Amino acid sequence: MAKQVPDTRNVGKDAMTPEGTVNRAALPAIFNPEDLNALEAALRLKDRVEGSTVHILTMGPQRAADIIRDAMFRGADGGYLLSGREFAGSDTLATSYALSCALKKIAPDVIFAGRQAIDGDTAQVGPQVAEKLGLPQVTYAEEIVEVKEKSLVIKRRLEHGTEVVECPIPAVVTVNASAAECRPRNAKRVMKYKFALAGSEIAAAPESPAAQRAAAKEYLQIVEWAAADVNPDPEQLGLTGSPTKVKKIENVVFAAKEAKKFTAADEDINSLMVELIASHTLG
Amino acid sequence: MNNIFVYIEMEGGKVADVSLELLTKGRELATKLGVKLEAVVLGHKLADIATELAKYGADTVWTADDELFVPFRTLPHTAVLCGLIEQEKPQIALFGATPVGRDFAPRVSSALHSGLTADCTQLEIGDHKDPKTGKEYKDLLYQIRPAFGGNIIATIVNPDHRPQMATVREGVMRKEYAAKPGAGEVKPIDWKKFVKDTDLVVKIIDRQIEERKIDIKGASILVAGGYGMGSKENFKLVHELADVLGGEVGASRAAVDAGFTEHARQVGQTGVTVRPKLYIACGISGQIQHTAGMDQSSMVISINNDPEAPINKIADYAILGDVNEIIPKMIKYYKQNSK
Ligand SMILES: Cc1cc2nc3c(=O)[nH]c(=O)nc-3n(C[C@H](O)[C@H](O)[C@H](O)COP(=O)(O)OP(=O)(O)OC[C@H]3O[C@@H](n4cnc5c(N)ncnc54)[C@H](O)[C@@H]3O)c2cc1C
Ligand SMILES: Cc1cc2nc3c(=O)[nH]c(=O)nc-3n(C[C@H](O)[C@H](O)[C@H](O)COP(=O)(O)OP(=O)(O)OC[C@H]3O[C@@H](n4cnc5c(N)ncnc54)[C@H](O)[C@@H]3O)c2cc1C
Repeated sequence: MAKQVPDTRNVGKDAMTPEGTVNRAALPAIFNPEDLNALEAALRLKDRVEGSTVHILTMGPQRAADIIRDAMFRGADGGYLLSGREFAGSDTLATSYALSCALKKIAPDVIFAGRQAIDGDTAQVGPQVAEKLGLPQVTYAEEIVEVKEKSLVIKRRLEHGTEVVECPIPAVVTVNASAAECRPRNAKRVMKYKFALAGSEIAAAPESPAAQRAAAKEYLQIVEWAAADVNPDPEQLGLTGSPTKVKKIENVVFAAKEAKKFTAADEDINSLMVELIASHTLG
Repeated sequence: MNNIFVYIEMEGGKVADVSLELLTKGRELATKLGVKLEAVVLGHKLADIATELAKYGADTVWTADDELFVPFRTLPHTAVLCGLIEQEKPQIALFGATPVGRDFAPRVSSALHSGLTADCTQLEIGDHKDPKTGKEYKDLLYQIRPAFGGNIIATIVNPDHRPQMATVREGVMRKEYAAKPGAGEVKPIDWKKFVKDTDLVVKIIDRQIEERKIDIKGASILVAGGYGMGSKENFKLVHELADVLGGEVGASRAAVDAGFTEHARQVGQTGVTVRPKLYIACGISGQIQHTAGMDQSSMVISINNDPEAPINKIADYAILGDVNEIIPKMIKYYKQNSK
């Protein structure tokens, strides 16, 4: 499972509004960082288990197909784009419900997710999907230590140490940023898959050479599902299926508050210390 | 029915600080709503636990006391919490946003189909009117949290589903004995009826946990060093200043990554959240992931040779110059003036 997210970590000047808040729409859309760690974990498992394949599942707008292509450049075999108005306004519970409906249909042996997405920042979707599918979970995975026939031995990164667990599969594994970095895009794969398209992308310009090429070659087709394709209970989708409602959003104002300025000169440091002692900031 | 649950997390036989912080907040909310505050503890050898929890205002202490619950495993914990919540029907359930809380609280919410708000920085009681239906709700839990990498603050409500569930990070809320202790009445959880054999499929093979020795959260003065300190050798200046001022030493991630100091001192999104009386940032640029962990400090002093460093935007005092020159002067003039 991977998510396309706005790059909240690199908020440049052009993404700031005159009021000093962040214009979210102006941020570039990227592959959620920890989902790249998850992809690498999946690709390493594929390298170890002959005949296995790696597919990306993402829920998002049409342009989220970009991260599926990116994953294919790095070694994934293909992907599924879950897209449609019905999914709009999903909280983590509705997101995990929609993803779990698609996963029931795909029925993978191991489901990898990133620990956390950098926009919603909740780290809830992985465990919630596991619960919806009735599968065990291993969170904060750092390394797959051993692959057995019906289980995986996984090292987890905890706050003050590590833990090694054995978990039967199928299972959900959420991968930590401390795990191995994702391999780079492979030039040959870029050549091969750059024309991979999702169904709606083909439909948008069916006469274009790119669309005709993708339509003719199965490996260039990214599976695209609308809500109806994954047999959901509509009551559990999107805004209706979301118990949490955003009541209010305040933009954090980064506009400068004036700091009192000092230099390294002795008089400056001396007067600062005098001021801090006088105000009882320093005892 | 309708009470407030606080999940109590055990850390090496002791109650985690974040759980006591949540009890303190839970006490305030319970009093406001006129309901009971109920602590829920899963662990082993929990004999005296209720006395301590009562001091923080717990009226009831639910316990599941068995080897099975130590160390923590997702599925048995989830099964017990789900079972108890269905049995007792609390209106609010709070969890620490720790590796444990963030692992199993989402599962509990998924099983119960109740919403869960992550990493709240404030919890308040308030009314809500649904903008579409116009339906009015009284006394909901306002769950206030940063998102988008700290660029926005959202207030989230959960009008129609119970319990209203939220996680809160350690160090974000205050921990205080209740004005009037709770009754601390112990109620054993009949957990055997909730945990199934299939909840035991994940096996822990090995665990390497270090004791938490360093605690920068409680410090009222924190002197933090960043990558701008330049070397492990120079980083000693940060310790010297902290010692003289009676504070603790914190660090940015870049300083930790560079090996200047240990991870337990890292302040920020992937480190500790602190709110000292005074925060001195030495050679720290002030990226959002760092400031997310310290922008609640009462006062911030930055020492940086770059006048444009973002840390200066949140600083009350900005000293422009080289840390290696300025820190020794601060020590000198502090000593001179404090006598
Ligand atoms: C300001 C704000 C605050 C919010 N707060 C909350 C809240 O407290 N509680 C809540 O329930 N919802 C909340 N939401 C909604 C939440 O952000 C969305 O539901 C989002 O789709 C999923 O949550 P996340 O980004 O936190 O993902 P996380 O749970 O952090 O994601 C973990 C992993 O799950 C997988 N994943 C997540 N989303 C997708 C996807 N669409 N497709 C494929 N894989 C995916 C990825 O592998 C990802 O790394 C909030 C939204 C906003 C805008
Ligand atoms: C997902 C994620 C999570 C993260 N979590 C955290 C976190 O929890 N905590 C955290 O701190 N960071 C975190 N980071 C990293 C963060 O983005 C920054 O990279 C980091 O905080 C930078 O540390 P720094 O300010 O010490 O180093 P730099 O950004 O390199 O800044 C060094 C500063 O020192 C100044 N300087 C240099 N030499 C001198 C001198 N001689 N005298 C005075 N000033 C000098 C420079 O002008 C500069 O401002 C995270 C990043 C990501 C992507």
